Amino acid sequence: MVAPNYELIEQEGLETSLLEVSMGPHHPSTHGVFRMDVKLDGENVVDLKPVFGYLHRNHEKLAENMSYLANMPFTDRLDYFNSMTNNWAYALAAEQLVEIEVPERAEYLRVIMAELTRLVNHVSLVGFFVNDLGALGTPLLYAFREREKILDLFEQASGARMMCNYFRFGGLRCDVPEGWLAQAREVVDQFPRFLDEYEKLLCENEIILSRTQGIGKLSRELAVSAGITGPMLRASGVAYDLRKVDAYGIYDRFKFRVPYGEEGDCYDRFMVRMLEMRESLQILKQALDNIPEGEIMGKAPRVFKPKPAEVYGRIEGPKGELGFYLIADGTPKPYRYRVRPPSFINLTVLRDMCLGQKIADAVVILGSIDIVLGEVDR
Amino acid sequence: MSFPGGGIFSGMAVTLRNFVGSYFDPDRLTTNDYSWRPVGKLPQSAGEYPKEGGEQLSDTTTVTNYSRNFPMLLHDGGVSPMDTIRCVACQICERECPPQCIYIEKAYDENGKSIKSPEKFDIDVSVCMSCQICVEVCPFDAIVMNSQFELSSPDRFGGLLLRRDDLLKSNDYYHRIHPEEAAARDQRMAEEKAAKEAKKKATAEAAKKKAEEKARAEAEAKAQEESPGNEETS
Ligand code: SF4
Ligand code: SF4
Repeated sequence: MVAPNYELIEQEGLETSLLEVSMGPHHPSTHGVFRMDVKLDGENVVDLKPVFGYLHRNHEKLAENMSYLANMPFTDRLDYFNSMTNNWAYALAAEQLVEIEVPERAEYLRVIMAELTRLVNHVSLVGFFVNDLGALGTPLLYAFREREKILDLFEQASGARMMCNYFRFGGLRCDVPEGWLAQAREVVDQFPRFLDEYEKLLCENEIILSRTQGIGKLSRELAVSAGITGPMLRASGVAYDLRKVDAYGIYDRFKFRVPYGEEGDCYDRFMVRMLEMRESLQILKQALDNIPEGEIMGKAPRVFKPKPAEVYGRIEGPKGELGFYLIADGTPKPYRYRVRPPSFINLTVLRDMCLGQKIADAVVILGSIDIVLGEVDR
Repeated sequence: MSFPGGGIFSGMAVTLRNFVGSYFDPDRLTTNDYSWRPVGKLPQSAGEYPKEGGEQLSDTTTVTNYSRNFPMLLHDGGVSPMDTIRCVACQICERECPPQCIYIEKAYDENGKSIKSPEKFDIDVSVCMSCQICVEVCPFDAIVMNSQFELSSPDRFGGLLLRRDDLLKSNDYYHRIHPEEAAARDQRMAEEKAAKEAKKKATAEAAKKKAEEKARAEAEAKAQEESPGNEETS
């Protein structure tokens, strides 16, 4: 932990004291309803306490009171930017309970959907991040223009743009419509052009460099011991990616690299995401080339009533390790259901990153963590 | 770029290119533009809203094939839709609906016997989250998703509570809004029906055969019974 290095200014005839500020819960930089109790010495942060729970919806208890399948649409609403990957993690956990074989085509479609989701998440994160830096609108709208194309793909496949509810235990709800794959390929082919332009717009911008480099450093040791995952961990120099480590689904068939940073500052976190998008495009290209024809649903039991067991399913979500822990007790409802939300755990190091920084940088640091309050509060 | 401020400068060039480009290249527009979508799926221009003459946009717009908004109940046409309603009020969907927004009451005839159709079937669309779970669990293909989206109402409670008669829609309407899905569903239902009938026929024949065999066996047994009996008495 960083020791707060502050000294109150001593001047004769002038009384100074610390100032306590409550940032949020309705602050535009908090991406939802989140509050930071900040103690300030002038502009320097000497203490910070994150306060959350404003969006608590009782997600875990709700799930324990309904059937396994009925909870699937609720997982969409955890991290509402990435409903497809949320579905996948939950399906992965439930599939271990009854051992369903997922058909080949479904596996490929799952990878395609997950990587498209990663693009959606990273592209909007970068937009919001520079929005927090004061680049109001323009980069965000460019990002949303691209996101829109992917959301259109989701809509055609699943019927909904954001709350997709597309994955099922043992496969997918329905096959993609005709011509969808060609359209997806078109989006994938055009994406690098946008990325090139976006990098030119942002990556060397002097204002961004001076406001993010060296700000909010997260050391490798702290990142590992605090259980940080995802792009944030990789930005701190640990090349750990569940797609490589677990190779869940069929990720062992694809060739891709895992970008990681050096300094662990805000700029690294931003760049890791930019680079990850390129790797996602590589995976997407390979998946679209090799996707076979066939079934999209394995032999799932009509009534999902698993034997007593304890399972944990996890994936590399766009924000980090997303895990679902289930205890089945032989009834159609889970006995215990627990979510391991990446953005909640990544948020725990906010204080350590903010101490000693300026208050304006706290906003940038929070933006670089990539939180979605639906997932933090559940 | 290496001179100071070069990064900002090249960024400015990108914004300029996008700004000028947006006049010529619809791809650079950041606002709604449907031109890149497949032709026929969405209107090139939605025009004014609301449409003149009370025509609703969602009546004329076919959104994507799997588009889902709120559920509707299917009937197969006929004089009164209630005669051919597919729903048998089994209440599976009511039980499975994640936010519990379906309310069903069974219908009974004057003798108090269930007649396998819903007396009441309400869906509170202010609670419904368009998840389609009810469609998936229904064993009778009675409930499917509608794409009607213009449901706003000044009445917060009654206006958003869809009753059975609001929900009833014909299969033809379903074919109109989701042609591919409806065709696939009809085909599957026909196959299932054929399989069921074949099975019924097979079981009926088997039963007939069994009965015949049983009768024959009984006759034989009787004959056998009679003969030793005869021996005994003789
Ligand atoms: S779509 Fe979902 S929420 Fe709506 S009635 Fe059906 S099961 Fe319930
Ligand atoms: S809609 Fe289907 S599941 Fe629901 S009560 Fe009617 S028949 Fe049963």
